[in-house]
Amino acid sequence: MTRLAMIRLPMTRSLLAATSAFALLAAAPVLADPLKVGMITTLSGPGAGLGIDIRDGFALATEHLGGKLGGQDTQIIEADDQQKPDVAVGLANRMVERDRVTVVTGIVWSNLALAMMPTLAAGQTLFVSPNAGPSQLAGAQCNPYFFNVAYQNDTIHEAMGKHVQDAGFKKVYLLAPNYPAGKDSLAGFKRYYKGAVAGEVYTQVGQLDYAAELAQVKAAAPDAVFAFYPGGMGINFIKQYEQAGLKAAAPLFGPGFSFDQDILAAVGDAALGAKNSAQWSPDLATPANAKFVTDFKAKFNRLPSMYAAQGYDAALLIDAAVKGVNGDLKDKDKLRAAMKAAKFDGLRGAFRLNSNQFPIQNIYLREVVKGADGAVTNKLAGTVFTDHADAYAKDCAMK
Amino acid sequence: MDVLLLAEQGLNGLQLGVMLFLMAAGLTLVFGIMDLINLAHGSFYMVGAYLTAALVPVLGGFLPALVVAVLLTALLGLVVEAVALRTLYRRDHLDQVLATFGLILFFNELIRILFGPVPIFLNPPAALAGTVNLWGLTYPAFRLAILGTGLAVAVGLWLLIARTRVGMLIRAGATNREMVMALGVDVRLLFGLVFALGCGLAGLAGAMAGPVLAVQVGMGEQILILTFVVIVIGGIGSIRGAFAGALLVGVVDTLGRALLPASFRLVMDAASANAAGAAAASMAIYILMALVLAVRPKGLFPVG
Repeated sequence: MTRLAMIRLPMTRSLLAATSAFALLAAAPVLADPLKVGMITTLSGPGAGLGIDIRDGFALATEHLGGKLGGQDTQIIEADDQQKPDVAVGLANRMVERDRVTVVTGIVWSNLALAMMPTLAAGQTLFVSPNAGPSQLAGAQCNPYFFNVAYQNDTIHEAMGKHVQDAGFKKVYLLAPNYPAGKDSLAGFKRYYKGAVAGEVYTQVGQLDYAAELAQVKAAAPDAVFAFYPGGMGINFIKQYEQAGLKAAAPLFGPGFSFDQDILAAVGDAALGAKNSAQWSPDLATPANAKFVTDFKAKFNRLPSMYAAQGYDAALLIDAAVKGVNGDLKDKDKLRAAMKAAKFDGLRGAFRLNSNQFPIQNIYLREVVKGADGAVTNKLAGTVFTDHADAYAKDCAMK
Repeated sequence: MDVLLLAEQGLNGLQLGVMLFLMAAGLTLVFGIMDLINLAHGSFYMVGAYLTAALVPVLGGFLPALVVAVLLTALLGLVVEAVALRTLYRRDHLDQVLATFGLILFFNELIRILFGPVPIFLNPPAALAGTVNLWGLTYPAFRLAILGTGLAVAVGLWLLIARTRVGMLIRAGATNREMVMALGVDVRLLFGLVFALGCGLAGLAGAMAGPVLAVQVGMGEQILILTFVVIVIGGIGSIRGAFAGALLVGVVDTLGRALLPASFRLVMDAASANAAGAAAASMAIYILMALVLAVRPKGLFPVG
């Protein structure tokens, strides 16, 4: 037994050595500085629609750029955060330690982004958010490794507050889910709306039935209603709002999240005529946008949402940054500087970042209409803010 | 708060309760008679909603789509029972939980592959899309339809269980399964039928909920938790308990959401009252469950 083992051992060793040598040879050409992007997003559970749209928008941009971001061979490593902060932090760790990615993107939810930030900053990994834009990361806790390519949360709700104020409504009823983004939403709305508040209601996150709240809205007889309900909550609320006969009594307003493509496909005519605010619209007239909408529809057989557009722009921002350093991914300070200074024409036109690395951009008013092909979608109905910066940039130490 | 609003909130509570009963009846039936914990009950609810949504354009109307969807969901239940669950009856509950949780993942992924990740469209039929006037109270017509359907199912189940031979076997099976087997009843057939009936009821709940709620992957799990609360309060295995529990949960949840924030505003400032009231309202049904279990550990209508 021992003799056998003694003979075997050297043989095994040399075999191992030979195998590793081959493996090294085979791997060598691939290792020549490919750009690795970690796509940590929500791919399962009720929030999966948003994550899938971001991933698909990002994939379309990469395809438009010939599979190479910034002219580099690009490898996208996908992972599902299940909308859970602990899972997201674990994945961030894996991306930094094992996969050694240069950039992490894909994140949908603000609470997950906040949880991942320390890990990614410590690992000198750039964090490009295609959606989450919490006030903390825009203000006092701003981070040189965090870039937001979409919006700061409050700004979308601020725009709706301004529109409702300018349109002359005097008594508005406010509803949002009972979680930090819901409270930021109503705070943002009230920053610009100065009229009377007929009622302010926070509902359970993921609530299904809104009959009790709608009965109270009806009793309060407001002249308008503002509701922030993203995803499935928005579908429940809009259907029930119309069925309760409230649409004729008080017009419904909301941020783009309450009336985006993922919701419109499911509620149909019930949302027609609703005004909402967003930094992007499918009919925004930029050269890149028309191509994006057409190609997205052709490739994925559905209309793109704002989340898909944000995923697309995230790829363009990374592309511009890598071009800015001529593909040299080693020097992280240079790469960050290049990303901060990145100038490119995105789906929203010329793109630029503020000192806190959040966009300075227009916020538009959109109206839900029936398109020529019968599909319910959003149409631009005006510009609420031009070159709008968020209210938190002044608290950020970065210049 | 005036009387009319209070009456409307009461009606809302009953309506939510009846919708929960449609779900709970099937779940409690399966557990009471087959001693099977079926976590995938919510998946049949989802399948019912998706099939209805898919069949409305094909069959040209809500009612035919609903009928076909419910029958197909029951049929699917028969198949799943024969293929996946039959071997689990003699295993312990933890194995059943694990296996039926696997079924949840399977059905969620299957629906995602077939219908895509985005929630799909389903509206009430045109005749029930508006509101009706009940003695000065404008109420959504479709919610009244849900209320009517639920009550009809409750009566139908009572007739089936109290007045028919199959019902007698079901009652006997729930009380003493071994004795029923010993008397030569084809338990395999009985179990298949009961499971299919439970799935059909879940499918009906999905079809009736679809026009009011989002038809999306994962919709079954959201309502399943409430359903478990209902059958635990009612007494696991009891249809009567499921009915009482469902109405209780529906009314407590609705009135909690309607009244708690307002009553908190009487004792604290508006901002904290809004947040605290919302939080308390979301806890109300769990507090109710704890209270019921403290007084009656086996639920309101214990079986066996």
